Amino acid sequence: MSKRLTVRYFAMFREHAGLDEESVTLDADTAADVFAGLRHRHGSAEPAGHCKVAINDELVDWDAAVHDGDTVLLFPPVAGG
Amino acid sequence: MMEMVETAIEPGPLREQLLDATAGACATFEGWIRNHNDGRDVLRLEYEAYAPLAIREGERVIREAMAKYPVLNARCVHRSGLLEIGECAVWVGVSAAHRDAAFLACRYIIDEVKVRLPIWKKEHYAGGDSGWVNCERCGAHAAGRAARA
Repeated sequence: MSKRLTVRYFAMFREHAGLDEESVTLDADTAADVFAGLRHRHGSAEPAGHCKVAINDELVDWDAAVHDGDTVLLFPPVAGG
Repeated sequence: MMEMVETAIEPGPLREQLLDATAGACATFEGWIRNHNDGRDVLRLEYEAYAPLAIREGERVIREAMAKYPVLNARCVHRSGLLEIGECAVWVGVSAAHRDAAFLACRYIIDEVKVRLPIWKKEHYAGGDSGWVNCERCGAHAAGRAARA
């Protein structure tokens, strides 16, 4: 079902998308659907490979449900330290 | 306690915050900016973090370490922004009654912080180009997919 979402991009994804944040309307039930639906924006092929996702500031699994009005944060592979 | 900072990390005062009359050991780790990686000359590093979640996940890591090992106190501080060669990017300190627990908890915290916190680093190379550490493959993968499609 179509959802209105706010999506935030970080690091490499932000540079690829050319912006920090945008509002999108997407056919998406899960965080993985959001990642797949916005591939042209973040530029990464798949959520595997250590990408992470948060919904409304909570780290979640890729099968987590998204709801109308959610903010989805897409994180490329992390590299702290 | 987990902290994200944008200014230089000073280990001295951080160490003092771990002092405890019942502690017989203090293990600390400092992650420094080195001038090379994967055979390339690195000039400086740029760290980007999503601080609200980095702090929350870092606190979780520290709680896990304190539950796993008999330690008295544990702290971690991570930098963000542009860092020069030799600067401290991350500091971990643990105090405990005995050294085994201090070493193990310190190691646990730095290992988990590196793979779980939403922090990214971009290396700036001597050749003038730059690259996100751990990220370039996903870009190449995406390009490969597009080429095959």
